[in-house]
Amino acid sequence: MEKFNTIQSSAVPLPIENMDTDQIIPARFLKATTREGFGDHLFRDWRYKADGSPNQDFILNNSVYKGEILVAGKNFGCGSSREHAVWAIYDYGFKVVISSFFADIFKSNALNNGLLPLVVSDDFLHLIFTEIEKDAATKILVDLKQQTVEIAHQQTVFEIDSYKKMCLLNGYDDIDYLLTLKDKIEQFEKEQVLF
Amino acid sequence: MKTLFDKIWDTHIVSKLESGSDVLYIDRHFIHEVTSPQAFAGLRQRGLPIFRKEKIIATADHNVPTLNQHLPISEKLSRHQVDTLIENCKLNDIELYGLGHPYQGIVHVIGPELGITRPGMTIVCGDSHTSTHGAFGCVAFGIGTSQIEQVMATQCLILNKPKTMRINIEGILQKDISAKDIILFIASTLTTSGGTGYFIEYAGSTVRALSMEARMTICNMSIEMGARGGIIAPDETTFKYIKGKPFAPKGAMYEQALDYWKTLYSEKDASFDKEYHFNAADIEPMLTYGTNPGMGIKISQTIPHVQEVNNPLELEKSLAYMGLKSGIPLVGLPINYVFIGSCTNSRIEDLRIVAEYVKDKQKAPNVQAMIVPGSKQVERQAKAEGLDKILEAAGFELREPGCSACLGMNEDKIPPGEYCLSTSNRNYEGRQGPGARTILGSPLTAAASAIAGKIVDIRTINS
Repeated sequence: MEKFNTIQSSAVPLPIENMDTDQIIPARFLKATTREGFGDHLFRDWRYKADGSPNQDFILNNSVYKGEILVAGKNFGCGSSREHAVWAIYDYGFKVVISSFFADIFKSNALNNGLLPLVVSDDFLHLIFTEIEKDAATKILVDLKQQTVEIAHQQTVFEIDSYKKMCLLNGYDDIDYLLTLKDKIEQFEKEQVLF
Repeated sequence: MKTLFDKIWDTHIVSKLESGSDVLYIDRHFIHEVTSPQAFAGLRQRGLPIFRKEKIIATADHNVPTLNQHLPISEKLSRHQVDTLIENCKLNDIELYGLGHPYQGIVHVIGPELGITRPGMTIVCGDSHTSTHGAFGCVAFGIGTSQIEQVMATQCLILNKPKTMRINIEGILQKDISAKDIILFIASTLTTSGGTGYFIEYAGSTVRALSMEARMTICNMSIEMGARGGIIAPDETTFKYIKGKPFAPKGAMYEQALDYWKTLYSEKDASFDKEYHFNAADIEPMLTYGTNPGMGIKISQTIPHVQEVNNPLELEKSLAYMGLKSGIPLVGLPINYVFIGSCTNSRIEDLRIVAEYVKDKQKAPNVQAMIVPGSKQVERQAKAEGLDKILEAAGFELREPGCSACLGMNEDKIPPGEYCLSTSNRNYEGRQGPGARTILGSPLTAAASAIAGKIVDIRTINS
């Protein structure tokens, strides 16, 4: 996993609530057996028309909006547990998704892949959308160490699990840690009675 | 005092992190062809072996054809994915119930019917509907591929303990109302995010009176409210279901297991972070009108207006996609496709309900009715009971087991713009194929609507 520290970037706004992982990546693109290349199919049915031509109304096809940060509506990533949704977002080039609420499995998948699911208040999310609307080039500064996010000289603090923060900052993943617990795990197995 | 969920979770903690997270031991790990290949590849890259291969059970379900399963899979990518699973299982000596195996089927159907899923366990699978297994009084939840790799490597996961919610349903259901109606009713109240951060226990006299199949339908859709899992305390219905299943404990072991299983309930004064109460008598046949499973109405109601919902934009967008309007009922809407299947409603009880209704009837000429059993065992049982003949005589096509048109990964897709009354769990845009319009409902509503060629209220027909 890549280390995450600070990111300063313009952002792509996607103010749609309850964006499910079927929209992020439709099931018919889950047939690969590797983690690479899913970015091409990110938001596939929103980005492209049925005939395969780009849908110019969709934000990712608007060259005014770009950057490493995706700003999304409430309850982002609900539905299927497919980690392909996170791989697609990361492969496309995003390093952070900001929303006021994430679905559980998506959030955990994101953290396991070095994609920061950054939770802000509804008000701050609204502020971000407003600032981007005013000026698409507005930069957002995300500082994981300080747990702050800043846009247009307004800053807020975000919460993150301290263990997950340490993992992201150092590029560690859960297996690295779990392997150090092998003795404890084997001891647990010895004592467990499983019916 | 402890909840049922606490009892199971707490006895599976191997270690605690300073951050407050738990290292949780996983008793059973189901895998399938779509979300596992990258986990196997990840382990290979790290040079790690599978830690406890005997705790993994594999099947091919998401991406398999539901016709001619005895032939090689014609679609190249699907074949490659299924072949990769076969190869990975072979290399790692993992039990695989793949195509052609008498136990093959949808992962959440086969675990319970084989007696692999049992009370008190922790169970994971790279599929969000793993919540289904909670019907047996176990802590079961869906995970991502990185977590599949973690479980393969260490049999553990690092997790923050979810909050607890109890949903109580009391009283007797109206005639012809099923578990699917119950859970769509609850989802329409809680919305698609109302359960996020929680593990839901379903309780109350209505739940106690349900069969295991019905309880699985309810727990299955816990994720549709955002909850990681659902759980129902095991009781005599559970014990009777498990007894004699191929992998269930036998003899003295069963008796010992029973003693333990009987301790699995929420203590009288256990406290939950959130609690809801519903009255069974309020539940009607339910249908969805929008593009998430929380957008449901009672069949007697009309589609809401923008003033009546929290998210008017979402409603407008959903209705535009669905080709529907506020203020109209769903009853009477012509439908050309009916799909009966998925991990929500593809068990023998579902097939029996459908067969009983369609017996000596004929589907409407405009309808294509597909019925996909959850497993080879369900398929064999259906044939043994003669249900296949009844279904075929009514014009329903009984296919071979798989996830099928629930997610449209294989050839079983609904064409763009067409309505499909589906017994599956998700009505997202494009879920059953690009442009497909999904209306979720119960197997009985689906069967009756297939016969009528349009959506019907079963209560007006059966009264």
